[in-house]
Amino acid sequence: MADSAVHAPHPPGFKHQFEDMDQQREADSLGMWVFLVTEIMFFGGLFATYIIYRALYLPAFETGSRLLNVKFGAVNTAVLIGSSLTMALAIHAAQAGKKKSEQVMYLVLTMILGAIFLFLKFAFEWRADYHEHLVPGFHFIIRQDWGAAGPHVPMFFCFYFFMTGLHALHMIIGFGILTTLTVMAHRGRFNSEYYAPLEVSGLYWHFVDIVWIFLFPLLYLIGGRFAMPGVH
Amino acid sequence: MSAHVVPVKTYLGIFVALLVLTALTTGAAFIDFGDVHTGIRLVDVIPLNTVVALAIAVVKMLLVILFFMHVKYSSGLTKVVVTAGFLFLAILVSFTLADELSRSWSPEAGSWNTAIPTILPLLGGLF
Repeated sequence: MADSAVHAPHPPGFKHQFEDMDQQREADSLGMWVFLVTEIMFFGGLFATYIIYRALYLPAFETGSRLLNVKFGAVNTAVLIGSSLTMALAIHAAQAGKKKSEQVMYLVLTMILGAIFLFLKFAFEWRADYHEHLVPGFHFIIRQDWGAAGPHVPMFFCFYFFMTGLHALHMIIGFGILTTLTVMAHRGRFNSEYYAPLEVSGLYWHFVDIVWIFLFPLLYLIGGRFAMPGVH
Repeated sequence: MSAHVVPVKTYLGIFVALLVLTALTTGAAFIDFGDVHTGIRLVDVIPLNTVVALAIAVVKMLLVILFFMHVKYSSGLTKVVVTAGFLFLAILVSFTLADELSRSWSPEAGSWNTAIPTILPLLGGLF
């Protein structure tokens, strides 16, 4: 049998097991959401543990929270929201059938904003924490003015570094994904009918944004910033 | 028929709303809203600042999920899966809390720290 007899013409990117592109798109994003549900539970373990230990050691968590630099936290939140916007616009560019250069531009912008986030986090925040002896295991110094809460402040910083670290790891994985997408976009793989890799990667990137939306108040704001000595 | 294309104007509106909410939640941290006392062991003191901050975070999350992640325009099946994800998280947190808050032998503040001097020498100067 000639190949053309079984292989009817179809849009590029269409997988034969699907009825049409609509069904394929739904399956694509549904599958990604199932993965994201496992990610919710992955981070959820840390969040649940955080909730229990915050209940056990509330004064220590408030003290630790006030030691973080809220300016970096707020700026980084804005930067990450910006990267979510550019990611959404990259998908929009493909959906609306815009030029591939526009898709590439938005993807590169997303990576730049992500890089700014990680640069602020590692080069400024974590480095300052290290110099202020706030990294548990690396010459952590319990200060006198923390009072009775002092011995438990390292626990807050364990949560801080594990949660922001796991979040940063997800962003670094995101860079790998975004780089691949940029190459694919540059090669003209995406069009208004097929853009599944952009769509599902966008879901991932927005999920990482959502995690930060919760980490910001839980880590930086939980102690309140009012009437406290030494607030940044 | 192809997928619902969200207009750029909507994305920009959501972006601005998220930035405003970020400024709002940061500003709210500098105002003392006081505490609520529940009378339940371990969670007796609930700072209202925490409630305000988390409420704003939930609104931000919903904006991202519904618009940036296109769930508002997705099929009912996708919506069910997304909701189920958060339902599982709620089960994880509430069952863990129910256990922790109802046991009388829960470690009180202090016991965690006493374990550390015992563990550190075992790590052999790693720290």
